[in-house]
Amino acid sequence: MNNAQESTVGLSEALLRRAAPSRAALEDLVVVPIFAVVVALVLGAAAMLATNVDLATVGRSYVALLNGSVGSVNAISETLTAAVPLTLAGLGIALGFRAGMFNIGAEGQLLIGGMAAVIAGFSFAGLPAIVHVPLVLLAGALAGGLYAAIAGWLRAATGAHEVISTIMLNLISYRLVDYLLRLDFIQREGRSDPISQSVLESAELPRLLIWLDPNLRLHAGVFLMIAAVIVINWLLFKTRLGFEFRASGENPDAARYAGMKAGLIIVLAMGLAGALAGLAGANQVSGVLGRASPGFSAGIGFDAIAVALLGRSHPWGVLLAGLLFGALEAGGRQMQVEAGVSIDLIGIIQALIIVFIAAPLLVRTLFPWGFRKAERAEREE
Amino acid sequence: MPAYKTAFVSLAIVAALAASTHASAFTACQVTDTGGIDDNSFNQTAWKGVLDAQESLGIEGRFLESQAETDYDANINSLVNGNCDIIITVGFLLGDATQKAALANPEQLFSIVDYAYDPPLPNVLGQVYATDEAAFLTGYLAAGMTKTGVLGTFGGINIPPVTIFMDGFYRGAMYYNAKHETKVSVLGWNPETREGLFTNNFESLDDGRAYAQNLYDEGADIVMPVAGPVGLGSAALAAELGPDALKIIGVDADLYITDPNNGRVYLTSVTKRMDATVTEVIERAMNGSFEGGVLVGTLENGGVGVAPFHDMQASVPDPLKAELEQVRAGIIDGSIPVDE
Repeated sequence: MNNAQESTVGLSEALLRRAAPSRAALEDLVVVPIFAVVVALVLGAAAMLATNVDLATVGRSYVALLNGSVGSVNAISETLTAAVPLTLAGLGIALGFRAGMFNIGAEGQLLIGGMAAVIAGFSFAGLPAIVHVPLVLLAGALAGGLYAAIAGWLRAATGAHEVISTIMLNLISYRLVDYLLRLDFIQREGRSDPISQSVLESAELPRLLIWLDPNLRLHAGVFLMIAAVIVINWLLFKTRLGFEFRASGENPDAARYAGMKAGLIIVLAMGLAGALAGLAGANQVSGVLGRASPGFSAGIGFDAIAVALLGRSHPWGVLLAGLLFGALEAGGRQMQVEAGVSIDLIGIIQALIIVFIAAPLLVRTLFPWGFRKAERAEREE
Repeated sequence: MPAYKTAFVSLAIVAALAASTHASAFTACQVTDTGGIDDNSFNQTAWKGVLDAQESLGIEGRFLESQAETDYDANINSLVNGNCDIIITVGFLLGDATQKAALANPEQLFSIVDYAYDPPLPNVLGQVYATDEAAFLTGYLAAGMTKTGVLGTFGGINIPPVTIFMDGFYRGAMYYNAKHETKVSVLGWNPETREGLFTNNFESLDDGRAYAQNLYDEGADIVMPVAGPVGLGSAALAAELGPDALKIIGVDADLYITDPNNGRVYLTSVTKRMDATVTEVIERAMNGSFEGGVLVGTLENGGVGVAPFHDMQASVPDPLKAELEQVRAGIIDGSIPVDE
């Protein structure tokens, strides 16, 4: 157990160094992710061929992937709808990476945030939307932030590693949500399964494109996503707090000797990360689902880790990675409808992208011509 | 990769090919619940209805798997835009999403398995099943077969199309008790309080194993899991323990056939002929007799049933088989009420 724990921790630290690069090497930031995506698509095709899919179908499925992600208004709407929670939660994870925290708990924080948002969403009848929607989002962010701060506090006060404690908090959140959803004041009337009441209309993030087609699901959460990217970018690179986050992430000892309060920074970083994940949960219940049920997190909190890694923990990178993962999700659906290729394949492609992101040396070995500058730069260091 | 799909897409490109696959352009699209199209039970049975219609009616079929509850809306959505003549959604949990899509797209025909709208929507045909009638028979059978006097059941999620199995199973066993003055008990479900044992998912085979183990530890020697593929985990446990120690009653499909590796542990299965009703719905949509409302599968019309005993044929005593026939007749003619 101890050994396994140590190796998990060791691995997470190795990954952290990759996730929050200390020097902004352009090759590492841009070239590796691009190659990772390309190689993953090629290997995805190989996987399809290996499972007796003929070459024509492979071609058709990638055309469907493209069509389903950017090929129509509906496709773009679906891509953005899927990208919003991934980007929001991914920003939280990225913030944690920058501050040297490996937060596996976004899934749980998203669940708790979403639950708080749903309760706020159906509880306050009669509020105008202009008050109710921000209230719902705030409830989600606050609950997610507090839940994550538990792990931060455990780390700061007792040294309990956040990888372990956030995984445990995830497990607690699953059961907590099951329990909460069956409480009388939350459960929908007339249902015996765990499902919440629907949020009131005034608490719904407005749909943006229903004037075009009532099936378009894109909602105002997309503005929230862009605002969050801008705010986190400013926070990380233009404020003192952001500097303290990054300093603690790069070298905790140096940061402490420089007079920064390490414990406070850990709790704050975790709390902010959780607030962003909670916001993602609030976005789901008030923009997409309109209610909560046990599976409403749908693994977004885990995919967000991949998004943060792929985005190299840079807010704009996270946005691009979130859009890519959103596109894969929306396009993957089309892939199954049009080409009949299993939707699980999208999972394989996503996993391959992560493998190559986490192993830049592998990508460098595969494509030596893409990295000449980087190698020279390293030698000069 | 089944060949018919390849054929279908070529059909779109090379119109001449159409002649070889029946000229009909009718397309039936299906959205599965979580658990997957190859779950050996729930989703797979419903999909078989489309496959059968493909054989017999020459239609084209497509499906889209839901991987999480958040996929329902999106999946239905992408089919609404995909030239489907009818969209069949599989599962009670898709009830809200189907209703939303049906209201937004009044021209599109829908059918949903395990859900009925009240009042009915003009473009949605619900398919519901009186599975308690068939489960009543298996409860009676299990009560007659148990050596420990303890039966077990557990469900996926506490929703009506799941608990109706457990209701029937429980009451069938109680009916056996009343008739034979035995004291067989059923663990995992209380039809009065509507509380029982639920995995809260339709995916985890590990949960299926763990829940069956718990019931076995409490003395149950026959367990009926009502949770789609979760029950396959229970069957794997029963295969390790041996069918003498633990027997499983399958649900939805005849699991002896769909789960052949562990076939020997299945006492029988409560079959829910979603394949038959799905084919029926497609036929109605094709010949223009489609109307919104409800299609009910019962013991009488064969919409629900009890699978053959297969390998267990010899171990079920003949008098019990005869009693089961009587009970079946009683349920059909209404002299044995299954819902009290």
